[in-house]
Amino acid sequence: MLGSFAVLRKQSLLGDAISHAALPGIAIAFLITGTKDSSVLQIGALISGLLGTFWIRGITTKTHLKSDTALGLILSLFFGFGMLLLTFIQKQPNANQAGLDKYLFGQAATLVESDVWLMAIVTGICLIILLLFWKEFKILLFDADYTKTLGFNTKFIDILITSFIVLAIVLGLQTVGVVLMSAMLLAPAAAARQWTNSLSFMVVLAAIFGAFAGVFGTAISASQTNLSTGPVIVIVAGVFVLFSFIFSPSRGLLFKQLRIIKNRRDLELHKTLAFMYHIAETHDNISHPHTIKILNNFQGYTTKTLKELEHKHYVTIQGNMWSLTEEGFKVASNLYNQQNAKDE
Amino acid sequence: MTNIAVKVDDLTVAYNYKPVLWDIDLEIPEGVLMAIVGPNGAGKSTLIKSILGILKPLAGSVTIYGKPYNKQRSLVAYVPQKGSVDWDFPTTALDVVMMGTYGSLGWIKRPGQKEKKSALEALEKVGMLAFQSRQINQLSGGQQQRIFLARALVQDAAIYFMDEPFQGVDATTEIAIINILKELRKANKTVIVVHHDLQTVPEYFDWVTFLNVKKIATGPVKDIFNDDNLTKTYGINFKVSVQE
Repeated sequence: MLGSFAVLRKQSLLGDAISHAALPGIAIAFLITGTKDSSVLQIGALISGLLGTFWIRGITTKTHLKSDTALGLILSLFFGFGMLLLTFIQKQPNANQAGLDKYLFGQAATLVESDVWLMAIVTGICLIILLLFWKEFKILLFDADYTKTLGFNTKFIDILITSFIVLAIVLGLQTVGVVLMSAMLLAPAAAARQWTNSLSFMVVLAAIFGAFAGVFGTAISASQTNLSTGPVIVIVAGVFVLFSFIFSPSRGLLFKQLRIIKNRRDLELHKTLAFMYHIAETHDNISHPHTIKILNNFQGYTTKTLKELEHKHYVTIQGNMWSLTEEGFKVASNLYNQQNAKDE
Repeated sequence: MTNIAVKVDDLTVAYNYKPVLWDIDLEIPEGVLMAIVGPNGAGKSTLIKSILGILKPLAGSVTIYGKPYNKQRSLVAYVPQKGSVDWDFPTTALDVVMMGTYGSLGWIKRPGQKEKKSALEALEKVGMLAFQSRQINQLSGGQQQRIFLARALVQDAAIYFMDEPFQGVDATTEIAIINILKELRKANKTVIVVHHDLQTVPEYFDWVTFLNVKKIATGPVKDIFNDDNLTKTYGINFKVSVQE
């Protein structure tokens, strides 16, 4: 759901950076408190995730560096620091330490009821905020400068969106893990974009795709032993994306290709017909037969196009002679007029 | 004495070390149709953006009808450069025009029938009513520019700032746009346009500002649009014959 905004802001990698940046937060939270209580760790993740995000913003606004450079820098810096802390924790004589690395790839089995409630509540809050500030989010995404001239505090809207993306990521970490979280954020949105041209529908669709990926992924991993849930969910989401890329009616590759082929064939047909019209025009009787030999490839002529023209009753063929029908002549002359009109 | 719509004092803007605008003083009287001309990198867009508070100037102040800009926002409408947004954004032409009403609506409140009606009226003015439910990525460059213009018209402002509205549009659209601008002037609105085509300045505009980091000259086209100022602005010997 929130992924839609990340995709449309062309900040897709932000999700990746945030989830990686959350790792040291988890480790530090554990070091300080010594518990593995997920809500405590999530607060740690939230803080370091937000810290990473605002550093990225700071770097891009204050220096000449491009945002992808800043993202990559913060991502690897925080992740490296997090891994350092994790290995440090593992060396410690503390029985509690095992299982912290679950946050790397995630494990849905570690979720308990209170986690699920927390997720539901935060999702609810996100929804309300989204509905309240829908108009502001939309206009900021489309045209930030213009939004500013209308008197909106663009910084506030921006921070609001970013904070919620961070929140959503932190909550997903336990299930899908640091490494795969960004796919979870972006895949449903990317898939949804293929199917619709309306922002509201895209957001709804992304939410549905996300939910389905979650349910299917969990079901598949539950039915097999030794399949961890996070990766399966991400793969299911990936399948959605692939399917959308190929089969979406307006933006999909398959239909685009089909349209191109169809257009090309139509054009060939029109070209042959136009040539025939030129010849037939010089005769009083439009159906005066001509030999097929005068047609050639330059006029888009192939045996197939001739057959198709006959099939459409535009021409009749007798032996190696062809003649335009009344209907064919009419269509051809209209075709010609249209082209003339376009030239003008 | 006519009112001064926009007054700029000592405006200086710099990216890093190099000043982009240096100590600009500018007074734009109410009801003029003004072109800002100058070479690439002269700071034309920057001037507009600084006046509108999109960019933060190093120094200087801007007043609109004698009061600071941020108290007078509702009097000002902005048409950004067409290339500044992603036209693949999933939305329709009508939706974009409706955005013009967001400012007067304020936070959280949603546009209703009244806003829709004024958006449709603006679409009609720019001759795009038939395209209201068209996806914006399926509009031509000229049509996109008209949509942007309609969005500003919806704001029903007193002062309009436009950043190269004629960029990449065909002759028909250019005439359509200039007619709308002239209508705005007739209604005593002030229109400020960043413009590139020097040939059309005397025909389209009645006021002009020459800009190249510093302000070279500003005033009525018939008084100051001459080879001397053009040469000062563009640095080469210019021969644009000004129609008498």
